[in-house]
Formats: sequence, C-alpha cells, structure tokens
Amino acid sequence: MKIFRFLIIQILFLFCYTSASHAEVFGFKMNNQSATDTNTFVSPFQKDNERCFKCHGQSKYEYTNETLGRQVKELMYSERIVKRELFYNSNHKSFSCTDCHSEQYLKFPHAGELRMEQKYNCIDCHGGDEKFAQYHFEEIESEYQKSTHFKLEEEGFSCWKCHDPHSYKITVRNKDNLKETIAYDNAICLNCHSNFDHFQLLTDKEEISLIQKHDWLPNQATHFKSVRCIECHTKINDSIKISHLILPKEEAVKRCNECHSQNSILMASLYKFESKAQRRDGFFNGIILNESYVIGANRNEYLNLLSLILLIGVIGVIGIHIVFRIRKNNKTY
Amino acid sequence: MYLYPKWIRLWHVLNAILFLILIITGLSMQYTDKENASYIVGFATAIKWHNFSALILTINFIVFVTGNLLTKNGRYYKISKENFLNELLSQLKYYSLGMFKGEKHPFPVTEERKFNPLQKVTYVLAMYVAVPLLIISGIGLLFPEITVSKFFGISGLIYTDILHISMGFFLSIFMLIHIYTCTLGAKPTSLFWGMISGYHRDDEHQS
Repeated sequence: MKIFRFLIIQILFLFCYTSASHAEVFGFKMNNQSATDTNTFVSPFQKDNERCFKCHGQSKYEYTNETLGRQVKELMYSERIVKRELFYNSNHKSFSCTDCHSEQYLKFPHAGELRMEQKYNCIDCHGGDEKFAQYHFEEIESEYQKSTHFKLEEEGFSCWKCHDPHSYKITVRNKDNLKETIAYDNAICLNCHSNFDHFQLLTDKEEISLIQKHDWLPNQATHFKSVRCIECHTKINDSIKISHLILPKEEAVKRCNECHSQNSILMASLYKFESKAQRRDGFFNGIILNESYVIGANRNEYLNLLSLILLIGVIGVIGIHIVFRIRKNNKTY
Repeated sequence: MYLYPKWIRLWHVLNAILFLILIITGLSMQYTDKENASYIVGFATAIKWHNFSALILTINFIVFVTGNLLTKNGRYYKISKENFLNELLSQLKYYSLGMFKGEKHPFPVTEERKFNPLQKVTYVLAMYVAVPLLIISGIGLLFPEITVSKFFGISGLIYTDILHISMGFFLSIFMLIHIYTCTLGAKPTSLFWGMISGYHRDDEHQS
C-alpha cells in the first residue's frame, strides 16, 4: 500500500506542477518579443533615421505650424508608427529609412504625392542576389504567385501584409523556444485573420469566424499554440525553408492522420530544421518531444515490440492451457 | 448461490462494452497512419468515441467504488496479509497443474469468498491501481493545458501518454486473461451465464 500511495503522490505531483509557460497557454502574443532580446546593435544610420523616428517612433509628434506660428502636438496614425526597438531588432536593422523610402520624405510637411510611391517587394532587393541564394527568394516569389493570397494583389496584398519590413525577423531558427516561434508566426496570420480593421481592407466579408471555422479541431487551443497556421494551410515544398503557397481553405489539411502518423507532415514543416537531429531513444519523430507530443506520431518502437512480445506470450500461455484442457477432457471421456 | 447483484451485473456489462470501445479506438489513434487513414476506426471518429466512452467509464468507476463502499461487495476485495503468498502460489499451482490432475479447487466459492486469492490480487490491481492511473493520465491527455509542460527536458505529455497506454495495455491483457479464465467453469459458458443471471453454481471452477 505504501508503494501505491507513493505512486499516486507522484502522479498528482506531475499534474499539479505547472511551468511558467502555462501563463501563455491560450491566445497569441501579437508583439512577441523575446524577453532575452537585448538590442546591442548600433546602426550606422541611427542619426539619420532619428529624423524619421522623431515623429514616427511613437504615437505623438510635434511640429511648428508656421501658419499658426506655434508648436502643434498631433497623434501619429497607428499604421505609420515604427517602434525603434522593433526596427533595430529586425532583419532590416542596418538600413537607413531612405534606402527604401524617397529622400523627399526628409522634407516636412511631406509632399502629398509621396503617398503614391511604389513600394519595393522582397524580390526587388533579394531576387538574383547570391548573398541571399540560400533563402531561394525566387522560389518563394513563384510560390506566392500561386498562393491564394496572390489573388488579392489587386486589393492591395503584398509581402508586407505578412512581413512588416520594419519589424520582421526570422524566428523559426529559434530552437530555444519553439512555442515562441509558433506564437510569432501565427501572430502574422492573425494580424489580418483576427483583426477586422486589417481584414476588411482585403475582403468584403462582414465577419471573421476563425474560431467557429476551426470548431472541428479537437483541443483547439492546444493545436493553436503547438503548430503554426501554415502547417495545414500551405503546400509543403522541400526546396524552400518555409512554404509560401497558401492554399485555398478547401485544400487545407483536415485529415488528422497527416500529422498524427509515423510519417507526420510536421517533420517536413515545423520540425524541418531539426528533423535531422532525431532522438535515438526509440521514439518515432522524437524531436517533437522536446516541445510537444503528437498522438500517433510519437509511438515508441521498443514499447511496440515489448507489447507485441507480451501479447504473443499471453496468447501462447492461453493456447498451451487450452491444449492441456482438451487432453484432460479426452482422457476423462 | 446468488452472488452477483443487479448493480454489479449492470456495472460489469457496461464496463466490458466500454473497455472494448476504448481498446479499439485507442489502438486506432496510436497506430494511425497517412496511408491507412482508417486504422480500424478513423482518427477523428476514434477521438470522439474514446473521449465519450472514457467519460462514461469514469462515472462507472465512481459507481463501482461507491457501491463497494456502501454494500457488502467491497469485502470480497480485502486481501489478508496472512498466508497471502502461499495462497497465491497454491491457486497458481492449481491452474497450472492441479486442475489437469483432477484436484479439487483450493478456494471454492462461498458467499463469504467470491474470489480466489489470485482473482483478488488481479482485480484489486486492475480496479484500484490500473483504472485510476488510466483515468488520471487520460484526464491529463484530454486537458493537456493542466499537464506539466516539460519534465527532464521533454514534454510532460509523453510521460502521461506512456502511463496511459501502458495501463491501457495491461488492462487489455487483463481482459484477455479474464475472458479466458471465465471459460474454466463446469462448462465453458456457465460462468458467463452466472454473470447474466446472478447465480453461481457450486461445481464450477473460478475465473
């Protein structure tokens, strides 16, 4: 009985113990900045950029209204705010604002026609550049053009809807905290798909029904924090690191077996970067176990074998017992 | 001899049906594959049936424990420490040798002793150790947010799952042996009829 009590206490301890990460079980962090991020980068253009950040770096700006002859305080339109700390942590942190924007912006008030300036897309800078060859931007562009998002280009869709050039940074290689990467990447999708202000710019639909549309998914909250939207909503492409071919909703993965199986698609998507470093303790797709657990994908070959041997053993013993019973009955009669 | 009151028989038949559903759906989830989308039962269907059956099984287990506490049935599960090992070996010896030599049952069924020592141990282990562990680990898998997120560097869910499938496996083996030993009555079917009618015949071996 002491062993029994000890077992129960151990089990209760396992379930009662909750780690700090449980605070983030539900919902996504929209501005997911790692707490360990310390920005030590000093931009060679910091001084130049400050001319822009002075007004665009926060929600309030001030200027001298020469007509009124006094200082005027105004609120900055939220879509035009670029946070310094996000920019200087982003992939484009070493840029000057005027590398991408017209130098005419240095004049204030800005000329009205500047609003119409043609914005660069990723491929404009990254295409055909050997330095970026490993990222296969051309393949990404080709996938994007086949994706369901591309159909919305007329409505104003572009790379920037998902990858804000002022704050975007690659996170998928953040092996220390995959959950943080998942939350960051999903926040990109939710920026439109859970924010009606952004959503309505690209569609005439009158509501977002993200939760209801995923009602069929068991343990919805757990799925949302354990995998990225793109796991089910893109077509896997082995030649690029992240698939950009967003599928129409009818073609999204809905078969549980796609992930919940020995040859889970998660190994070609979410765990692509780590799949070569598999665990060797008998678990299929063992690398998933570092962060999560997927029924059907994480079965253990040793346990499978052991259970099969035990089952055959028991059936064997029963079989022998039956044989002896039959022999005894034959002798009796 | 009237040994199995109505509530025990109802509990038992429900438990048997639920065990079968849970084994089939559990295997379907554990061994699902992309190429073989419907391994016995499709994954999505298996999850729904497994969760629902597990809920009923939990309620049924509470009925069993409460029934044993409130009625005399609980006394049949009390294991006496005295001669425990000798009695256990004696029963094992009977099953493996004695019954083939025509020896008499060492622990015949009486109104005071429904189970032989081997039955008592296996039933107590199954119903008071394996089933509670199965239910607790099942709750941990059904509500992963309450399960420890990481333990010794890997997801706490895998420990919970291993505990769950191990208990499920042992209970499946128990069920297999239990069904076989139920054929050891006067006739292979008489113990099954006893569990339906409630009456046990004296000339039977025990399962």
